[in-house]
Amino acid sequence: MISVHSLTKVFQDRKRGPIRAVDAVSFTCQPGRIYGLLGANGAGKTTVMRLLATLLRPTAGSATVAGYSVTDSPDAVRAHVGFLAASTALYARLTARETLAYFGTLQGMDAGAIAARTDTLARELGMTDFLDRRVGTFSTGMKQKISIARTLIHDPSVIILDEPTLGLDVMAARAILRFVRDCRDRGKTVIYSTHVMPEVERLCDRVGIIHGGRLLAEGTLAELRDRTGKADLEDAFVSVIGAEEEEAA
Amino acid sequence: MSPFLRHTLTVYTKELRETLRDRRTLVSMFVIPTVAIPLLMLGFTVVTVKLVTQAKSETSSVMILGAAQSPAVKAALAANPKLRIVPTDPGYRTAISGKSLRAAVELADDFDQALTESRRSDVRIYHYDGDLKSGIAASELDRFFRDYREKAVQATLSARGLPAALARPYDIARQNVAPPEKVGGAMFGGIIPYIIVLLCFTGAMYPAMDLTAGEKERGTLETLLASPVPRSAIVYGKFFVVLTSALSTVILAGLSTLVSLPLSGWLIGGMVKGAAATAGAGAAATGVMPQINPLGFLVSLGMVVPVAILFAAVLLAVSVFARTYKEAQSYAGPMIMVVIMPTVAAMLPGVELNLGLSLIPILNVSLVSKELVSGTFNPVHLAVIFGSSCVYAAAALAFATQLFKRESVLFRT
Repeated sequence: MISVHSLTKVFQDRKRGPIRAVDAVSFTCQPGRIYGLLGANGAGKTTVMRLLATLLRPTAGSATVAGYSVTDSPDAVRAHVGFLAASTALYARLTARETLAYFGTLQGMDAGAIAARTDTLARELGMTDFLDRRVGTFSTGMKQKISIARTLIHDPSVIILDEPTLGLDVMAARAILRFVRDCRDRGKTVIYSTHVMPEVERLCDRVGIIHGGRLLAEGTLAELRDRTGKADLEDAFVSVIGAEEEEAA
Repeated sequence: MSPFLRHTLTVYTKELRETLRDRRTLVSMFVIPTVAIPLLMLGFTVVTVKLVTQAKSETSSVMILGAAQSPAVKAALAANPKLRIVPTDPGYRTAISGKSLRAAVELADDFDQALTESRRSDVRIYHYDGDLKSGIAASELDRFFRDYREKAVQATLSARGLPAALARPYDIARQNVAPPEKVGGAMFGGIIPYIIVLLCFTGAMYPAMDLTAGEKERGTLETLLASPVPRSAIVYGKFFVVLTSALSTVILAGLSTLVSLPLSGWLIGGMVKGAAATAGAGAAATGVMPQINPLGFLVSLGMVVPVAILFAAVLLAVSVFARTYKEAQSYAGPMIMVVIMPTVAAMLPGVELNLGLSLIPILNVSLVSKELVSGTFNPVHLAVIFGSSCVYAAAALAFATQLFKRESVLFRT
């Protein structure tokens, strides 16, 4: 489970002064549910996810992930979280199997557990054929499968996926979405950021719309549609963002 | 094994495996020390010696100016097998500058007569200052006229019934008393630390940039930081790989120096003797064959260890600050100059190690290496240099570790 309370992150920029990348964001994501974080580029989605993955320390507010505080027990949080950063890459000179073994070992797994888990993930993600080839030669889709397998090598209870289908073709993207749904069905807590509306409609149980670092609206898809009076999610999204921008103007 | 050590070892093993699969690193780590060093030591010295001996064995084209009524000196010059007399031409200055003529000698028209009358008549040699072949010709002319003068004086003395020792009461001889390794130390003492320190730096440079800035640029660093491993374990794992690369380069360079230095000495010796034999002058190779103290050389390699730690840590810190591999290169490139300067300063004649200089990083190790290869072991200097180098290295490593914990450095945009 993920529980976020007034989470705030302020960056200091030499030219522009303090920038509130995340501004008092609060939400909860339950096990067995996919929470969609929806927002345009630069809205603050990635910063929220980095804060939850303890790569960044919050300026204010708090968050607990899998029962651990991101500020007090970052190591414990990292041991229970699988984090896939946006446009992440892999070590080109390692094979897929070596990559998974590396991250498994860093997670404290032994060789036997890593081998068993690698076989399971290779089967589920359809990557048995290229496990022993060097990653540098892979297509984008193959790389993303390895990245996801790497994220889940230690079978974490919380999965944070930052735009995992970015740059993928239709078939590769469908495979990833199917796999994410499987994770939910197995009781994982999934937080999923994207700006692709159809993905949200097909995947997410709850959605938070983030803009300018603030969470403007939150609820199930039905609740969002009701609230904005728009049947189409994209219209609902634009309606939420637009109202905010009009207020700002 | 403690979890911290296990994590460090995991990062180290993975990074080393990846590094050994990187062609750029392999070149700087293995190819440069094993190929460039012997090439530099053997190839360069052999070619130089060959060029010099060849230039010496060739007859020098020389022009005689004046000496119109002096057939005796002209005949003696023409009889010298090392000289080839060319016809007199007023354009001799241009010919020497254009290297078509090696040297010219100017004599008074009545040089022969002046000599028999014991009247002073000066000799002037024209040459190209700094040109090897012109220098050889000028030296030969110089030697010829000294001999010629000597013979004339002896002839005059004996004609007047005076002893030969009147004009030459004593001879001067020089004898080297320094052992071969001191001679070798003086000859190679400057260049050895220069090569070793430079290779130590370049050996550390590529992995340091690849493991930090390269990882940032490729977008893999964020993934690594999301694992439950202390940041310091990640830094140490990477640091030890950079250190391994730097030290392997140094050890390989050291081994190839130990092999190629005596080999080049032996080759030079053979060539000099061979050239002397063909030239008909036997005394050319009577000098001491330079050597270096092998134990001193190994100790100086040991003294490089803290320098390698310093380089690895500084390069890691600079590279982690950079956003991209290219940016890291633009920081590390000029640092080569900073590294070279103290090693060049150590090569300057007269710069000797003292307690103050023992505290200056890189310069201290370069100077002590110079002493060590000539067999001088000063325990106080060694202790001060090793200790101070360790302190600098530790400070640099602590700095690199601190940088690795800062969000503003890791996520610098």
